[in-house]
Amino acid sequence: MRELRCDALVIGSGPAGLAAAYQARRSGAGRVLLIERNNELGGILPQCIHNGFGVRVFSTDLTGPEYAGRWIRQAREAGVEFLPKAMVLAIDKGLTVVAASSQLGLMQVQAKALVLAMGCRERPRGALAIPGSRPAGVYTAGTAQRLVNMEGYMPGSRFVILGSGDIGMIMARRLTLEGAEVVAMVEILPYISGLRRNLVQCVLDYNIPLHLCTTVTNVLGEERVEAVIISQVDERWQPIPGTQQELKCDTLLLSVGLIPENELSRMAGVAIDPVTGGPVLDERYATDVPGIYAAGNAVHVYDLVDDVTESALRAGRYAAEYALRGPAGLSRAIPLLAGDNVRHVVPQRLHLESLHDGALPIQFRVRQPVEEAVRAQLRVGEEVLTSKRLRYVRPSEMVTLELDAERAGRIAQAEALHVHIAH
Amino acid sequence: MALISYDCIVVGAGVVGSLIARALSRYRLRILLLDKASDVGEGTTKANTAIVHAGYDAKPGTLKARLNVAGNRLFDQLCAELDVEFDRCGTYVVGLNAEDWGVLQELYQRGLTNGVTGLSLIDAAEMRRREPAISDQTVGALHAATGGIVDPFNLCIGAAESTVLNGVELALETKVTSLVREGKQVVGVVTNKGEFRGQWVIIAAGLWADDLLHKAGLVGFHITPRKGEYFVLDKVAAGLVHNVLFPCPTPTSKGILVTRTIHGNVMLGPNASDSPSKEDLSTTSSGLNEVMAGALRLVPTLDPRTVIRTFAGLRATGSTGDFLIEIPRELSGLLVLAGIESPGLTAAPAIAEYVVDLMREAGLRLAERPDYNPQRVGIPRFSRLSREEQAALIAKDPRYGHVVCRCETVTEGEIVAACHAPIPARTYDALKRRTRLGSGRCQGAFDTPLVIKIMARELGLSPLEVTKKGGHSRFLLRETKEVGA
Repeated sequence: MRELRCDALVIGSGPAGLAAAYQARRSGAGRVLLIERNNELGGILPQCIHNGFGVRVFSTDLTGPEYAGRWIRQAREAGVEFLPKAMVLAIDKGLTVVAASSQLGLMQVQAKALVLAMGCRERPRGALAIPGSRPAGVYTAGTAQRLVNMEGYMPGSRFVILGSGDIGMIMARRLTLEGAEVVAMVEILPYISGLRRNLVQCVLDYNIPLHLCTTVTNVLGEERVEAVIISQVDERWQPIPGTQQELKCDTLLLSVGLIPENELSRMAGVAIDPVTGGPVLDERYATDVPGIYAAGNAVHVYDLVDDVTESALRAGRYAAEYALRGPAGLSRAIPLLAGDNVRHVVPQRLHLESLHDGALPIQFRVRQPVEEAVRAQLRVGEEVLTSKRLRYVRPSEMVTLELDAERAGRIAQAEALHVHIAH
Repeated sequence: MALISYDCIVVGAGVVGSLIARALSRYRLRILLLDKASDVGEGTTKANTAIVHAGYDAKPGTLKARLNVAGNRLFDQLCAELDVEFDRCGTYVVGLNAEDWGVLQELYQRGLTNGVTGLSLIDAAEMRRREPAISDQTVGALHAATGGIVDPFNLCIGAAESTVLNGVELALETKVTSLVREGKQVVGVVTNKGEFRGQWVIIAAGLWADDLLHKAGLVGFHITPRKGEYFVLDKVAAGLVHNVLFPCPTPTSKGILVTRTIHGNVMLGPNASDSPSKEDLSTTSSGLNEVMAGALRLVPTLDPRTVIRTFAGLRATGSTGDFLIEIPRELSGLLVLAGIESPGLTAAPAIAEYVVDLMREAGLRLAERPDYNPQRVGIPRFSRLSREEQAALIAKDPRYGHVVCRCETVTEGEIVAACHAPIPARTYDALKRRTRLGSGRCQGAFDTPLVIKIMARELGLSPLEVTKKGGHSRFLLRETKEVGA
């Protein structure tokens, strides 16, 4: 078995992995390896041929491949070594990673620090337990995106899209432009689950019928999908009898949620937050296993690539620091907890010392949409440490509060900090 | 034109038909194994609970009871010969109330009568020790040490490949439409691919066995398709459930169980409801709700959010309550198997031996072939190998270093091997049953585009011709628009 050594090993070359590897090198790490299972670098970006990438990071509106291209170049110029077409099979004790590759065979990589940047996967049909037959023609939106944009094939001609995630909406437009018919987009919630701008630009502008409070309750067809039955649902998401409608189609696309990929994290013994599905992190994006860091959609699913990149710059910087200097010997961590109408908070733990390195973005999602002005607050007990006025909050749009060193003195003794939405 | 005449034609390449063909292939016989589907094991074999039953359920004195117990004993050697995963891990029937305790004692006694060894009744505390997640309603359990779990797909594929390696001719996509008779003698079958003549015709057609019998004028036996629906849970659930857990049986089924599978998942099901169709494998919302509720009674902490797949299978429930395995008095040259519902999978190896005995008694001359080889080697399972073995395999063939299915760690090497096996995988689902590809938590979302390309290359097809399960089940309908010149 081939043996490799490095300061930092980054798993996954999507936007998070590229930025983490780049930043690890820039922060002084010697050998930085970036391992990617696919032929091409960039994770999911190469198939995202639409624009909207990099508006904040590069102050310009790029497509996915362009955004990936910039980061691949930056990482290469920073001295990152790429290991494409290699799959991590295991993370053993002591930051030892085992990977397989056709070119290099089975290899063992001994790293001083690891960054987990495996991204996320799409929730499949089985996870929703949609009843009916199991024919060809049921795809997740991302699989269809790959088939159309990378492989050059159309997986169907008449589509129903279940769920209103961003990839589903973007594919609604893409498929329409390729000459397919998108019969309907159906969403079980009373509101869409992706970004408003995608609803306007990809669904409404193309006159695609959107059915809210509706779901697919049956799939028909033995060999290939022939139709789906949609039904309206009540407030407990149960189908309302008598509202069934048959939609003829040959393909059902699913855009019903993304799940952080953390099988390797679990294998490494990293604690997982049951709400996010990603590792429990501190403000350095360190997991509870010394030397293992995490970033991007493997932590929690982001709306915008720019946020992924920024999370990874943070992880890469501290991973390099750990590789070079070992544990930082930080004081007690203060838990950051979800309060009123907050679903989850990242990071989940805070060491106050790190605030001297710069302000910390505290990211969270709300549970319920509020279509009027509210305040997002970070509190210690009843005392508000920092707050921000928002015109509305929606589960589909991540909110960020910033905490800086100035306020750190006031919370040295705090048992926990809470994020709340206040009216 | 003279028709080729076979000694035996086996109709149906499910686990029963394939094992019968294998049992016959050790003799100097010309054998044809037919199936209407594009792969072997496409009927009840591919959608069942995959349990090797101990044999305490069936009514004493029935064929079911006798062949269950006999079949169970053959599994270790059979699975070793066929390179199929089998774990004799033991099974439990769990009692949840005082009445159940009586049922457990009854099952225990029935098991003894049927000749089952390794049975014991354990108390609630012991059951909780062995399965901490079990319901706190538990009053005790029947432990059957000889019970186990198996890979039903590869048991059938292994058996069928073994027959092919031993000279049996396999004809897929060959649907028998009627039997050829000369007076009271059955002399062959008519299929969509023409007529085949044989000295013996063996009907192992699962759900469709009664249709063929009725066409031959044998109208006394009926099969009612009885649907069972299932959930498959992510492997993370295997941290919760470590055993095979049955509730106490009902009159129509062994009840909704919670079981670890041979592949490391957890499976819930089946319910039991009569189906009007022999082809309707759809799941239903009411059925799935029933299964989840039943499973939660046994293991209340199951997390429905860990579900990754649902499926349904159809039991071939016969009108007599027992297996029908006989040479009908009315016709010669015909051997009929019908109503092979649970414990059919367990009984299958013993059914095959029983069938050979019946044919011998009826005058079939059986001379052993000196070159019969019972061993069949399956395709390598990269994920099951030690690291040294993995390294050696990649060094020998670099395609084993390319992991295509990330959830189940299936490599390109395995896909290629399955496409060129003695019975080649020609559809995505056939590959899935052989390799576990797409069976994990992402359900093929990541691998499908890659697999289509590999299959097209290996099978000499256009990607547009690759199907999920044959027929019109194509994945891709056309190329995207041409880029303007």
